[in-house]
Amino acid sequence: MEKDKKKKPIVLFVFLGTYTIFIVLSMIISYEPGKVIFDNFYLFIMDMFKLFPPAFILVGLFMVWIDRKVVEKYFGESSGLKGYISAILLACTTLYPFVVVLPMASGLYKKGAKLDIVLTYLGASAICRIPMSIFEATFLGFKFTAIRYIVSLPLIVFSSVIIGKLMKNKQLSFE
Amino acid sequence: MHNMTYLYSLAGVGLLISLIKDRHKSKKALITAVKIFVKMLPMLLGIVAAVSLLLYILPDYVIANYLGGEDSATGIALALVIGSISLLPGFITFPLSGLLLRQGVSYMVLAAFTTTLMMVGIITFPIERKYFGTKLTLLRNLAGFVIALIISLCIGFVYGEVF
Repeated sequence: MEKDKKKKPIVLFVFLGTYTIFIVLSMIISYEPGKVIFDNFYLFIMDMFKLFPPAFILVGLFMVWIDRKVVEKYFGESSGLKGYISAILLACTTLYPFVVVLPMASGLYKKGAKLDIVLTYLGASAICRIPMSIFEATFLGFKFTAIRYIVSLPLIVFSSVIIGKLMKNKQLSFE
Repeated sequence: MHNMTYLYSLAGVGLLISLIKDRHKSKKALITAVKIFVKMLPMLLGIVAAVSLLLYILPDYVIANYLGGEDSATGIALALVIGSISLLPGFITFPLSGLLLRQGVSYMVLAAFTTTLMMVGIITFPIERKYFGTKLTLLRNLAGFVIALIISLCIGFVYGEVF
């Protein structure tokens, strides 16, 4: 993973550099396709930048005001329906990338959490993160996000229970 | 565009309440916001540059027919596959989706794309397998794929993109 992180920016900056040179050259020699492409780029970026300030302010506020410790405290003790709900709440406040969530989830399992609940946490942490949802609602609309939550959360719980049943007789070797 | 007015009011009210309750925390929130923005900016510029190129190269009918709703099955299938393979952070995914929406890509195609992006990880499969074993990882990703399809259909239904 470390390697990936170091490799990515280089490719990105080479691409951005080439793109910039292409655009600047197009401007100088009045190359029409280059101009059209830049016009698109400019329009897209300006559109996005209008929505960024409120979106980022909301994300910043969320990160400062939500105390994950409180959420975490409730997680271990709860079971049954409450277990699923707290798994989803814990997932909503996730800030880490998937590769960090994975060891956390396996840690929860090792500590004795039910597989169904661990899977619910994992699934929900992929699609129900509040900071990400703020961005989703910003760019696709509140209605879109609301429908997605309403449809996906029950499906996540449902699929977790089914997978939990399917894995029942299998010994899991978590690392 | 009333979504924007909505957002600015929400952020404004949020910030105001935060300022009243704790001035120091509010400052920290704004610094956090700027930090994330700066961190994602290069990647965002790269993606937007790539899309500006792609949209120029791609003939108009591709979006109109395959991604815009005429032939939604192809569009959704394409979005599901691309979303499953790629790896993008949420802070990039949704601005990109907003851009594609403006270009005429349908809500259901975007739902398929964003949900598989979040739930199905072919690239992260080897890492996930280390923790959960092959069978569980396979089942989990398969479930994610099916859930993405269901969400896409529901979104299409609500937005009137499918009958």
